[in-house]
Amino acid sequence: MKMTFESDAQLQAEISLLFSQYAACIDNDRLEKWPEFFVEQCFYKIQSRENHDRKLPISAMECDSKNMLVDRIVSLREANIFAEHMYRHIISIPLILSKSENEIATQTNYLVISTLQSGISHIFSAGRYQDRLVRIDGQLKFVERIVIFDTNSIRTQIVTPI
Amino acid sequence: MIGAKSGFNDNGINWPDDSEGGYRVPYSVFMDENIYREEQKNIFRGPSWSFVALEAEIPNRGDFKSTFIGDVPVIVIRNGEGGVNVLVNRCAHRGAAVCRKLRGNTSYLECVYHSWAYDLDGNLTSVPFRRGMRGKGGMPSDFSMAEHGLKKIRVQIVNGLIFATFRSDTPDLEKYLGARMVGAIKRIFNREIEVLGDERQRIHGNWKLYAENVRDPYHASLLHLFHATFGLYRSTQVGSCVMDELGRHSLLVASQGTSSEDDDEDAYSDQRSFNSKFVLQDPSLLKGKRDFDDDISLVILSIFPNLVVQQISNTLAVRQIVTYSPNEFELVWTMFGYEDDDDEMRRIRIKQNNLIGPGGLISMEDGEAVELVNRAITHGSGDSSFIAMGGGKAESADHLITEGAIIGFWQHYRELMRI
Ligand code: FES
Ligand SMILES: [Fe+2]
Repeated sequence: MKMTFESDAQLQAEISLLFSQYAACIDNDRLEKWPEFFVEQCFYKIQSRENHDRKLPISAMECDSKNMLVDRIVSLREANIFAEHMYRHIISIPLILSKSENEIATQTNYLVISTLQSGISHIFSAGRYQDRLVRIDGQLKFVERIVIFDTNSIRTQIVTPI
Repeated sequence: MIGAKSGFNDNGINWPDDSEGGYRVPYSVFMDENIYREEQKNIFRGPSWSFVALEAEIPNRGDFKSTFIGDVPVIVIRNGEGGVNVLVNRCAHRGAAVCRKLRGNTSYLECVYHSWAYDLDGNLTSVPFRRGMRGKGGMPSDFSMAEHGLKKIRVQIVNGLIFATFRSDTPDLEKYLGARMVGAIKRIFNREIEVLGDERQRIHGNWKLYAENVRDPYHASLLHLFHATFGLYRSTQVGSCVMDELGRHSLLVASQGTSSEDDDEDAYSDQRSFNSKFVLQDPSLLKGKRDFDDDISLVILSIFPNLVVQQISNTLAVRQIVTYSPNEFELVWTMFGYEDDDDEMRRIRIKQNNLIGPGGLISMEDGEAVELVNRAITHGSGDSSFIAMGGGKAESADHLITEGAIIGFWQHYRELMRI
């Protein structure tokens, strides 16, 4: 699979659009569509910066297949008990770290503001995405999305993906 | 002084009568600022051993970790002789936090405010301008360095778990824990462990609601619906809930209850999907491997006041409670495996970690459960909870449909708090 891009600016615009769609998918509560942003053999993890910097493996969530992402969402919908909340993702312009024929690596800052039923909003998580993207049938997908959060002390619980 | 009967006490808490078939806890005890302050004095700085760290977190000389006992900041540090000191993280001069890092390695401790320096045992080793400058200023001539070290508190260790107490009259750690709890600790900490990482969870509720939660096997299958939703049953599972003599610690255990000596791979896989609408798309999450030479698949060991040791399938962790205010505490999870785990075992533990912690598929509800109570209770209303499942007494049970250990906690709590 060969990827050609007219320019970095165009590529960056395309990645930005993808990230906005990803955020909208979660923020608009279309979580069943969320796994579609990933390839089948993907890796998704939400890890504290504390563990990441210590090179320790424990994460708040770690899925090594798209099916595991699906299971997370079914569990969220059907099994898990949590305070009703809305996410609002604010995402920076992606930084393209490297680009090969097959794969693009990027790093992007995010902020997730969570609003509870009480109408109170708070910063739920601040951090960065470290991503590896590939193009499949013309569409960019995540091979890997690693969410590294600075907000080491998770407020109450984490159930909705970032 | 008031014991089990009702009445007002110095704190103004009206503890209801418990002679009517169930035990009651007044909601004010979860919200009152005075109670919180008294707890700091009578429990966290009282005759209790608080968990502060795992030895594996500070393996080398000079390694330190900063943490808290109740709301007192402390430094846990390995000294020059390889022993462990717990020092109050507060400068002997004018109270600044001396250690400003969460973790690290150092050969001495220095306060940045006026550069007073201490050795790893907390002894004061240098005071800048102690003798003044050109004959002017300086400390009084009778100032004794030996009397102004960092406050060093009592430390005892059992199988790599480091505990500390502010009091000299707290019974020795193994006595405090009791033989049964020591046995449960030794079962899990049977060889060198490897720390796999921490998770931190900030819960907006009173810390005692969490102490109740971990002594409450009754909620397990009712609040945590992951297994039921995906039709994952262990029909043979049996359990028990036992306490130490004073009822302050609790040990919840569940076993497979099978006597079959089937191969290791199947030890945790007698889980079948049936009659369920939902099926895990990727069941590799639940793949396990035998860890112990018994059938125990779940251990929740709650040590008064601030520690939980857990084994859930192949996940191993300690959870430390750090209090911030009557309605806020942090739960610090430290996940671990064994140093001799092979790659496959390590991978299993990391993957199963999806089940536990603040994002755990079978544990995330506990934070919300605590907050649900905190949201609904009110101070000074005279209202109270009603705890009677299993008989309403602080009694151990050979089943899990009990709240006995919660009552055990409260009885000990009231004795320490004299309410
Ligand atoms: S407060 Fe620490 S040296 Fe002054
Ligand atoms: Fe629970």
